[in-house]
Amino acid sequence: MSLSSLTKPWAATSYGFLDASAKRELRRKMLKAIAVPGCQMPYASREVPMARGWGTGGLQVTLTLVNPTSVVKVIDQGADDGVNAASIRRFISRVSGAGETWDTLAASIVQSRHRVPEEVMREDQILVLQVPNPEPLRGVEPNISIARQMHADADYGKLWLTLYEQIVRKGRIMQGAGYPSMVNGRHVMTPSPIPRWDVPKLNMAKHLTFLSAGREKRLFAVPPFTRVEPLVFSDRPYQVEHHADLTCRRSGVSGYFMNELPIDGGGSAFEVSDSNLGIKAIQQAEGAAVEIGKTWYRNGEFSA
Amino acid sequence: MSLDMSPAALTRATPRLMRAEPLLTMRDISKTYGDVRALRHVDATVYPGEVMGIVGESGSGKSTLLRMMNLEDTPDSGDYTLRLPNRDDGNLFDLTRYERRMLCARHIGIVYQNPHLGLLMRHSSSGNVAERLLIAGERSFDVLRTKAREALDASEFPLSRMDARPIELSGGMQQRVQLAKAIALEPALLLLDEPTTGLDVSVQALVLDTLKRLQRDRKITMVLVSHDLGVIRTMADRVMVMRHGEVVEEGLADQVFQDPQHSYTQQLVHAKL
Repeated sequence: MSLSSLTKPWAATSYGFLDASAKRELRRKMLKAIAVPGCQMPYASREVPMARGWGTGGLQVTLTLVNPTSVVKVIDQGADDGVNAASIRRFISRVSGAGETWDTLAASIVQSRHRVPEEVMREDQILVLQVPNPEPLRGVEPNISIARQMHADADYGKLWLTLYEQIVRKGRIMQGAGYPSMVNGRHVMTPSPIPRWDVPKLNMAKHLTFLSAGREKRLFAVPPFTRVEPLVFSDRPYQVEHHADLTCRRSGVSGYFMNELPIDGGGSAFEVSDSNLGIKAIQQAEGAAVEIGKTWYRNGEFSA
Repeated sequence: MSLDMSPAALTRATPRLMRAEPLLTMRDISKTYGDVRALRHVDATVYPGEVMGIVGESGSGKSTLLRMMNLEDTPDSGDYTLRLPNRDDGNLFDLTRYERRMLCARHIGIVYQNPHLGLLMRHSSSGNVAERLLIAGERSFDVLRTKAREALDASEFPLSRMDARPIELSGGMQQRVQLAKAIALEPALLLLDEPTTGLDVSVQALVLDTLKRLQRDRKITMVLVSHDLGVIRTMADRVMVMRHGEVVEEGLADQVFQDPQHSYTQQLVHAKL
């Protein structure tokens, strides 16, 4: 009798770089985050082979969720082909055996820095947002202990006051990315630095969203079909960026969130921020059989 | 309380003595900070529409008592009730932090001696007033502006400067912003912690005039803490004299000033005179 006859053939039992106890802790915190939408859960952020601030929070959540049957899409400011996005995607695939994709419709997990894809995500998809600063009260209360008490008491008066001050000083709310939003009518979260354009996509969305900050060691979640309401005064409606009339110079699509590019001689050109949507539009125009899913915005108007 | 007083004082006192139900009642309040006994079995009662003055030397416990009234601190023992319409909160010290905050936001206003304690110095003056309304749940920008303007106007603050930051204003103006913030929601109880200390005499007089007018027009119940007997004499209907964390004398202002019973009160009055 040999030793090999007594053992099973080798097979991976733990996927995704993190050890089992790290993933167990993260899963518990993720379940808690789902149970209390928008509430920040502290976790022991592990070392990953990437510098803090480059998406380690999102990466740890993705590595906890991923398995060999997963299909992973990683985007950086909407682009699949950025160095950071490509490196993270390749790393996740290598340590877990998961498939890679650029297509939002084909992905089971979408890890993103600062954008929500333009195509509507489904119930079976998970969005993981990388968050640099998870604390919406940081600007009004630098003491974290007091900020936690303020969350516990739903004491968001100072946060509202900053919006009031912006209108008084500038005539409009100047908050661009990371617009403070009330989740499920209870906790205010900063929805990572996604543009205002993307915040309505989280409201009553079919997909589950995790937002994780590795450096700050906190994660929070927006479960499916949960209210996400930007803080706005009743007589000052929420406004998204005025991109409805802009057209992508490469793909020709319009009515989506655009990147502004300065051009020689002054002026600006625009390219659709969700690069895969632009690629699919170009392929479709060339006659390829490419499916473009339903998008949250249609002709610049939020419609989903 | 002794009714042994001059006829003039008795004439002024009688209608007030007939008030039945106090707005504020504190019973047996004691508080110790380390080895220091800040308050010792203090009782306090404030009736609707009156101005209660609290006097005493530094360290006598008057500001500690005021902080208790504003629910900023909890005593070692004692009860505190406020008689508010359609509410029965029982002992307010038993409320949760959230309940205390909401109660104070809606029903209690406070003006601190140091405006830095009461104001956000880098926000606009109107924003400071608006914050109180925001905590109470107001979500209309136009309503916030209107109510902030009304409160600042009632505090005789120049409306042309309503969006100036308090840090850019004089001490007297800062106190007016605090006052506007405190009265924005028409509180049942207004607490004033040495509101004129540190101001020059002419500005003191203006602030006191504003307070008197507010008290006359809006019938706001006030508790005024000061070590300046002149201020208390000008403003208060009743006076509580504190020393070493204890109330040594309490009575109608005229009675206390004209016929002080306790040796410490006599010292105070004569020192002033």
